[in-house]
Amino acid sequence: MADLPELDISRRGMLGGGTATVVIAASPVAAAQDKEPMQADPPAPIPLSFEVNGEKRDLTLDSRTTLLDALREHLHLTGTKKGCDHGQCGACTVLVDGVRINSCLTLAVMHQGDRITTIEGLGTPDRLHPMQAAFVQHDGYQCGYCTPGQICSAVAVLDEIGRGVPSYVAADLTERPRMTDIEMRERMSGNICRCGAYSNIAEAMAQVAGERA
Amino acid sequence: MRAFTYERADSARDAAARAASTPGAKFIAGGTNLLDLMKLEIETPRHLIDVNGLGFDRIEKTGDGGLRIGALVRNTDLAADMRVRKDYGVLSRALLAGASGQLRNKATTAGNLLQRTRCPYFYDTNQPCNKRKPGSGCAAIGGYSRQLAVIGSSESCIATHPSDMAVALRALDATVETVNAAGQARAIPIADFHRLPGDTPHIETALAPGEFITGVTLPKPIGGRHYYEKVRDRASYAFALVSVAAVIHKDGTGRVALGGVAHKPWRVEAAETAMPEGARAVSARLLAGARPTHDNAFKVPLAERALAAVMMQARTA
Repeated sequence: MADLPELDISRRGMLGGGTATVVIAASPVAAAQDKEPMQADPPAPIPLSFEVNGEKRDLTLDSRTTLLDALREHLHLTGTKKGCDHGQCGACTVLVDGVRINSCLTLAVMHQGDRITTIEGLGTPDRLHPMQAAFVQHDGYQCGYCTPGQICSAVAVLDEIGRGVPSYVAADLTERPRMTDIEMRERMSGNICRCGAYSNIAEAMAQVAGERA
Repeated sequence: MRAFTYERADSARDAAARAASTPGAKFIAGGTNLLDLMKLEIETPRHLIDVNGLGFDRIEKTGDGGLRIGALVRNTDLAADMRVRKDYGVLSRALLAGASGQLRNKATTAGNLLQRTRCPYFYDTNQPCNKRKPGSGCAAIGGYSRQLAVIGSSESCIATHPSDMAVALRALDATVETVNAAGQARAIPIADFHRLPGDTPHIETALAPGEFITGVTLPKPIGGRHYYEKVRDRASYAFALVSVAAVIHKDGTGRVALGGVAHKPWRVEAAETAMPEGARAVSARLLAGARPTHDNAFKVPLAERALAAVMMQARTA
């Protein structure tokens, strides 16, 4: 066990306690970082219930489980993607009570009673959401990994503009924002696409915004 | 991520009492910075107190014509409030300059004030950092310091405070309101809320252990034109190299605070008397005593030029 990589030892120590704790205490890396002693047992899992894509779901989860991991690993809704897991890429974007957030930077247990919408809840292969159809029509992706997050974010952006939420590119803060290219690009900056499909994503969004207006 | 126990708080006073009496306890609100740091084991709380159910989510008028912003008002909602957009535009613009839409929807007023530095050596647990591990040294001094502080730094730490919102609050003379474990309230002027690093860079604010932020109060509107000019490496969703929060009146007088240059929002009231003389005169006083590194010496002239750009906009508006 002493040959295992440092991270693996830490995780086993956390779950196993007992002898694993001795290994960690003897590890020069762990000692150098002066970490707190490990708990013998992990805290009891926490029950919670929330609504996902219109369906009530009950789970009992380790307190550390992010909303993203609850969706992917426990509810097997793998449409929502894990990119950076640190809120930098936007691949994990979902809607909570209609508002877009990074599901990787929030704990599942903080969402008791919330209403969560993932890409699976926006549309299905037979009944695409208008934003999904527009992404297909305008080639708003290449590898597709960031796409569920891009689409959830894009749907929320049009809603935010519609509700009059201002952005950094507003010339006059007190005026209602409009569905312009520069407004949509600024508001989509939290969704990174390494294939560089940005201009096609902007066209897809403009089409849906135009249909609405 | 280290294991932790979790509870939902019932009241601010109970939350403060629990935080003060539980070893390794921390409040969690938006969680956007705390969870990032917990995943990296830079933050290792043993107990989390979820304060999201406590209210403190409203923006209300105060008796003297100002605004009281609840600690849990989300950054998006604060930036979108029409009273803030009309009377405190510098705050709205600073909020909108920060983070991404997703993060602003979750991040709170109090959490924004309490976010930790993005110094790369604070984030790299293989490096010494006096902020992360007091007494271990500062790898940023002599290291890659392009993003880091040019003024108010010490031999222990050259980190910057990353918030845009706090820079605007400094220009607006905001007050941070708190309650402690005994239920006593106090008001901390924003100028005294964040600390310079000195030889204790791990102590970042004036808060006592367990002390809970209930809100932020803005004095009555001061008029003028409001600006938040943020210079960064990409057009959106990046931390400031330098930012300028300014309120400028028709006669050329006003207020200026800088972001991206120090361990706290940087404002020198005495420098503002030079505003009618122009950006160079203000900048010389505001950044007098600056000690930039080789990598970040550009920030001193950049701050002056960003201020000059803002002052030109005010003159031609």
